[in-house]
Amino acid sequence: MSASLTGSLTGSLAGSLAGVPPRPQPGTPRPYHFPAVHRHTVPNGVKVLVVPMPRLPIVTAMVYVDAGANADPAGEEGLALLTASSLTEGIAGCEGTQLVERFEQLGTVASVWADWEGSYARLTVLKEKLAPALELLAEVLRAPTFPRREVERLRDQRLAGLEQQLAEPRGLADERFDAFLYAPSMRYARPVGGTPQTVPRLTRDGVAAFHARHYGPATTTLVLVGDLTPEAGVQLASTAFGGWAHAAVRGPAVHDTPATIARRVVLVEKPDAPQSELRVGHVGVPRLHPDYLAIVVMNGLLGGFFSSRINLNLREKHAFTYGASSSFDWRRAAGPFTVGTAVKTEVTGRALEEILKEIDAMRAAPPSASELALAADYLAGVFPLRFESTAAVAGTVAMAESLGVPENFYSTYRERVRALTADEVHAAARTHLHPDQLLVLAVGDTATVAPMLDEMGLGPVTRVAAEFDPTEAS
Amino acid sequence: MQIPIETITLPNGLRVVLSEDHATPIVAVNLWYHVGSANERAGRTGFAHLFEHMLFQGSAQVGANEHFELIQRAGGTLNGSTWLDRTNYYETLPSHQLALALWLEADRMARLLPAMTQEKLDTQRDVVKNERRWSVDNQPYGTWWERLPALCFPPEHPFHHSLIGSMEDLTEASLEDVAAFFRTYYTPDNAVLTIAGDFDPTEARQLVERHFGAIPRGTGRPALPDMSLPPTFGGRRRQVVEDAVVAPRVFLAFRIPPAGDQAWYAAYLLSAVLGSGEACRLETALVREQAIATSANAYTYDLTKGSDLLVVDVTARPGTDPTALEVAVEREIDRMIVEGVGEMERRRALALLETAWVTELQSAGSRADALSKFATYHDDPTLLNAELARYATVSADEATAFARRYLIAENRATLLFVPQATEVAA
Repeated sequence: MSASLTGSLTGSLAGSLAGVPPRPQPGTPRPYHFPAVHRHTVPNGVKVLVVPMPRLPIVTAMVYVDAGANADPAGEEGLALLTASSLTEGIAGCEGTQLVERFEQLGTVASVWADWEGSYARLTVLKEKLAPALELLAEVLRAPTFPRREVERLRDQRLAGLEQQLAEPRGLADERFDAFLYAPSMRYARPVGGTPQTVPRLTRDGVAAFHARHYGPATTTLVLVGDLTPEAGVQLASTAFGGWAHAAVRGPAVHDTPATIARRVVLVEKPDAPQSELRVGHVGVPRLHPDYLAIVVMNGLLGGFFSSRINLNLREKHAFTYGASSSFDWRRAAGPFTVGTAVKTEVTGRALEEILKEIDAMRAAPPSASELALAADYLAGVFPLRFESTAAVAGTVAMAESLGVPENFYSTYRERVRALTADEVHAAARTHLHPDQLLVLAVGDTATVAPMLDEMGLGPVTRVAAEFDPTEAS
Repeated sequence: MQIPIETITLPNGLRVVLSEDHATPIVAVNLWYHVGSANERAGRTGFAHLFEHMLFQGSAQVGANEHFELIQRAGGTLNGSTWLDRTNYYETLPSHQLALALWLEADRMARLLPAMTQEKLDTQRDVVKNERRWSVDNQPYGTWWERLPALCFPPEHPFHHSLIGSMEDLTEASLEDVAAFFRTYYTPDNAVLTIAGDFDPTEARQLVERHFGAIPRGTGRPALPDMSLPPTFGGRRRQVVEDAVVAPRVFLAFRIPPAGDQAWYAAYLLSAVLGSGEACRLETALVREQAIATSANAYTYDLTKGSDLLVVDVTARPGTDPTALEVAVEREIDRMIVEGVGEMERRRALALLETAWVTELQSAGSRADALSKFATYHDDPTLLNAELARYATVSADEATAFARRYLIAENRATLLFVPQATEVAA
């Protein structure tokens, strides 16, 4: 984005542009309000959050259970995800395809999964079929039968999926980055779904025990978003979930200790790879940190969207890559801060240099007013675009619940993003970017990439085979 | 569910579709140019897509990458995509920024070439080569989407060659190619402009006329060659590919009538009965009961010219014998032919489709893209409102008859990926 180029073009073409409409001014913004959330608690303890969005005749129902991968017992990583995935495999008198068929005859698919914080079930359905769909959804949460054959099939599928993921450069880079980043005893060192070592240990009885321990009215929140009133939502929720009585406990507190804070380099060897997958970063910041918004804006400038520094540098200036970005993974404890890209093998070293330069530059000086406005206006402007669908609103409301995001966060978000100063954003970079603590990980061709990494002198270089998993090393 | 649709055609041939909705202060602008990889000349595979990248490199009044920056400063999102026979460009933004999006789209439709330089072309060529490495060459099974059309369409057919293009052809692309492609295909009479969401129709019409009205009509795009083919392959086709993968994966393609034909809706219903949702036939048999696959899907390519493809796509569990996978998949197809489609299967497929349809139309960008599609391919965007009902007109018996005519052994093309160093009968 070179200003001089824009200037010279405008100058040389000024004559030929007579009569051409000039760049228009924006009109008057129309107000936007994040949809109101109506809260209610059913007498047995199930929380109900109803968000009317009456535009189209559909409703998303999303259940959040306050126990996710963070609650996996050590050595059984992946249990929360397997438990959630197995919910829709059976209820009394109805198993496997039969049960899935009942949802699908109502025109809906119940998605079930877990993340760090919670376990989830979600469906979107035409309004007139909401009541039977919600009854069925409640039944799979309250009384799943976990047929052994189906649970073991899902476990084996998960294992096959892991094998495939680890054969892909992208999946391998993502997983190994976390594995090298956190201390091996940390839950965050292993993926939500577990590893090839832990998944085979999961059993049908372990799944049933996880469900019995963590799924109950006290840990359950139902989010209903779409064409319904708060009263109708509460009524439906009470009918579907009101009779549920079962004591359950939340997941435990979670920790985020890094493996080391010394800068280091890992090369995961993939002979003859035409590209190097790069991940550069360190342990980031918990979601409820007071600097959250300043970090979001700072990361936006660094690599959070197309017009950010890292993407323009690596893609548009140097043509090293199809795309490059940075992100903070927001969790209850500190998730990773990561810069990620895939670059042509021959330029691996140069691309890493540019990434490190951009991290340093972000710390060296505050952003200009124009650049700050770019990030703030982008983030504030796209905010309503993120909430066009009932599923997106339900996901956000459930996420806020799981992470403890204050209720007024969304209604004040846009004003607060626009109010941030360059100094606050600069302070966020100085406080929360740590060039001396970076883990630099490359998945790529050893013969070409190893000499580059050695020569750069970023820190000790560890070369490992693609199969090597540091969380299993003793 | 009906959405409001209004169509205007400007004197220069630009078709404009307007669809109001004031639920949220968001507006989507969507442009379809009726050109894709099918229109590339010999030796220039990948050019339509490379050209799409060049459209973000500025125009007479817009600097390099400024298109992205201005939309993002306005609080909008944007992108473009290239397909076999169309290229689209789209932005969704706060509704008071509608004029900016129209001005940007008009400036590049009217005045792209003054901003084109060798340096920009060289940069985007390298970006696209990296896109190819990332999405095709360094991705397990990544070559499937250029191998399958190559297997299913004859060599001189416009859908035969690679959309992302070969490295050699990308290297050959020149600024002269950019100029010629622009003048031939990026003209108002070869485009559809859709505006969907929160706007005032009178103001929108005025803005469109102000920004697009003076752009001259093109001199007429060269017609694509005759794309009609025999109704079926007329024999089995099969290709085995060794790849850096841990599990075999089979693509089984059938030639079917083009999207939009009445018969095509039966093909869609069959694809959903076979491979949509989780209670579909393929998932039930291959993933659940036989447990030899980790995923099983079926879909149509939705090609509207000449003929379309129905594709069954099944990934095996690691360690599965590739031939056993192939046999198991074909057995399900044979069973489909023998048993036919049941009424409950039909209802399940239609119920899922209806919910997905309404869910998709929540987004202004999706509404705009669907309207551009119907206007481009069928010259009538109002077909969108009749579309859902067309699927429901297909009876189970019609779908069964379709299966017996088109899923036959003489209409099957197999693309089989196997882990390296696997022995498979050719």
